[in-house]
Amino acid sequence: MNKLLRHRLVLPIGALVALILVNTIARPSFLSVTVRDGELYGSIIDILRNSAPLMLVALGMTMVIATRGIDLSVGALMAVSGAVSLTIIAGSPRPNDLGVIAVAIGAGIAVTLIFGVWNGFLVAVVGIQPIIATLVLMLAGRGIALLITQGFITTINSTPYQFMAQGYVFGLPFAFLVAVAAIIVVAIVERRTALGMLTEAVGINPTASRLAGVRSRGIIWGAYAGSGLLAGIAGILYSSNIMAADANSAGLNIEVDAILAVVLGGTSLAGGKFTLAGTVIGVYTIQTLTSTITFLGVPPAVTPVFKAAVIIIVCLAQSSRVKGWVRRLSAARPPAPPRTGAGAGEPVRLGQEVQVP
Amino acid sequence: MSSATLTRNHVPRERTRLLHRFSTRHASWIPVFAAIAILLAMLIAGQLYFGTFVTPRMLSSLLLDNAYLLVLAVGMTFVILTGGIDLSVGSVMAFTGILGARMLAGGVPAAVAMPTMIVCGAAVGLLVGVMVQVFDVQPFIASLAGMFLARGLAFVVSLEAIGVKDPVITWLQSARFAVGGWYLGPEGIAYQPNGWYITPTGIIALLTVAAAFWVLQYTRFGRTVYAIGGNEQSARLMGLPVARTKLLVYVISGSCAGLAGVIFTAYTGAGYSLNGIGTELDTIAAVVIGGTLLSGGSGYVIGSLLGVLVYGLIKVAITFMGADASWTRIIVGALLLLFVVVQRIIVARSGRR
Repeated sequence: MNKLLRHRLVLPIGALVALILVNTIARPSFLSVTVRDGELYGSIIDILRNSAPLMLVALGMTMVIATRGIDLSVGALMAVSGAVSLTIIAGSPRPNDLGVIAVAIGAGIAVTLIFGVWNGFLVAVVGIQPIIATLVLMLAGRGIALLITQGFITTINSTPYQFMAQGYVFGLPFAFLVAVAAIIVVAIVERRTALGMLTEAVGINPTASRLAGVRSRGIIWGAYAGSGLLAGIAGILYSSNIMAADANSAGLNIEVDAILAVVLGGTSLAGGKFTLAGTVIGVYTIQTLTSTITFLGVPPAVTPVFKAAVIIIVCLAQSSRVKGWVRRLSAARPPAPPRTGAGAGEPVRLGQEVQVP
Repeated sequence: MSSATLTRNHVPRERTRLLHRFSTRHASWIPVFAAIAILLAMLIAGQLYFGTFVTPRMLSSLLLDNAYLLVLAVGMTFVILTGGIDLSVGSVMAFTGILGARMLAGGVPAAVAMPTMIVCGAAVGLLVGVMVQVFDVQPFIASLAGMFLARGLAFVVSLEAIGVKDPVITWLQSARFAVGGWYLGPEGIAYQPNGWYITPTGIIALLTVAAAFWVLQYTRFGRTVYAIGGNEQSARLMGLPVARTKLLVYVISGSCAGLAGVIFTAYTGAGYSLNGIGTELDTIAAVVIGGTLLSGGSGYVIGSLLGVLVYGLIKVAITFMGADASWTRIIVGALLLLFVVVQRIIVARSGRR
């Protein structure tokens, strides 16, 4: 039992279950799923469908965070992919043609893949800190998306395109199936090959892993490229949901939610060990939280306070000091773990850095 | 003849050695020089392109329009120098702004409202600092929580904008200490009466910069900030008060955000809970353009001043050109990239030596 309680997924799962309980008590119909024309409807299904873009982005974010990085540009990349594909569809005479849509989607995702490769280049080859390297595209990306749509909100009418966000396959929302497919692909690539282990090695100690013969550069580069690709798909889903390319609000703050989902799931921002299952649970926790706030009639104004409370509680629960208090070991506290912030792993340059000019 | 060749060869070598010695000894100042160079290049290019660009009035309004950003950047510099980051500043500015506007509308005198705003900012900073230092939460996540908290509190205070008519607050913005000045126009040198001006908000911002410069360069606390950014472990082993200092930098950043709330309220003449969305990123960008390394331990508050001016100048130039506002973001992104690449090269070279 004790061992079970110490499992690293206990806390995330506990949070999700607690949220679902709160919802079920407040609204008994929360858990009910109705079948209409062979398609499933209900609050849970809505959560599964609406969480698809966040899921895609968070999966990419997990890979990037595992390499000790962070990708702030995902929201802007979502705006770019939506802008590219909707501009192509809007410019074509046959917006319902599957070929046109395939080209549009392919182009949108290709552009974000290139941006992802660019991020990876800055981080892995040039050696810029991930926060700043991706901040460049976070600032510039929305500007680029605005240029593509020429400052307008491009809207289209295309039934097949709309299907991606609102259609059903086998009674389940198509967007949810896309998210599941992405989870499966990422899980197979990371966990059924050595890539996941190598990623963790790079995240735990880049220098040591390079000395051990791991090609850290390629792995880091790949993580950012993958994150860009997934953000591109997320942008397509988002634009298909509202059938418009809104360069200003598409994917706004999704990077924050994605980072939160990853951290909620138990992956440390310091890099290294990551858990895909944790991220999946984290995403559903965040999405349920968002829905809960709406369900419970909490004024939208208080939403950020709610979110802040959740972050603070989860972070404190994960903090080693609180764990130490809980175990009543604070008297014989173990030495604090070495800080693994942005500057860690670099050689000591104290004398030089502190020099008074 | 031979002696002449000798001296002629000797002088440049001496010069490169001096340059070399200068650049190694002042390696951390080089990004600041780069920022100055960019600022001058932008001013000269603007002057050549527009004919009338560098006028006393434009330069004065540059400080007025960016006074709040300057104060935020000063606080952010402290945090970044320790190797941390503070994402909460934009929403803290909105929160203190709307709180102050609400208090003033309720009849609280400005002499009470303004210190309260700064203290509230400091309180959010303290919360972030406690999470970072005591509970080992990463600065990014801790300040993210602070950002949500402050934004939510701002919404709780009021969803609508609240106008401010308090004479003290409006005086901060409207009072102008002015002198005339000459500038180079298309028809030669022209005179602008009352061209150079400074508002109390501008004076507050410059005083903040001066105070921060003094603290960082000439006090024990300031040296400890640099030491922590250089290597926290070593700073601790040297017996420096790491915990206290790290808490204090977040409190300073929060107080600066509170002060920026005062300035921004005076600037816009109202408090609004949606103010300052994304301002934290502008602030970080300005600090980085000013040559402060995000890994901590290297940078100057003067650089942040230059970074803010560069940032403001980009916005002015875009307005002058009448170009789409989306270009601002792209240019800021490109400049940011340029600066981090330059910094990266400098760090790589000084590391090799």
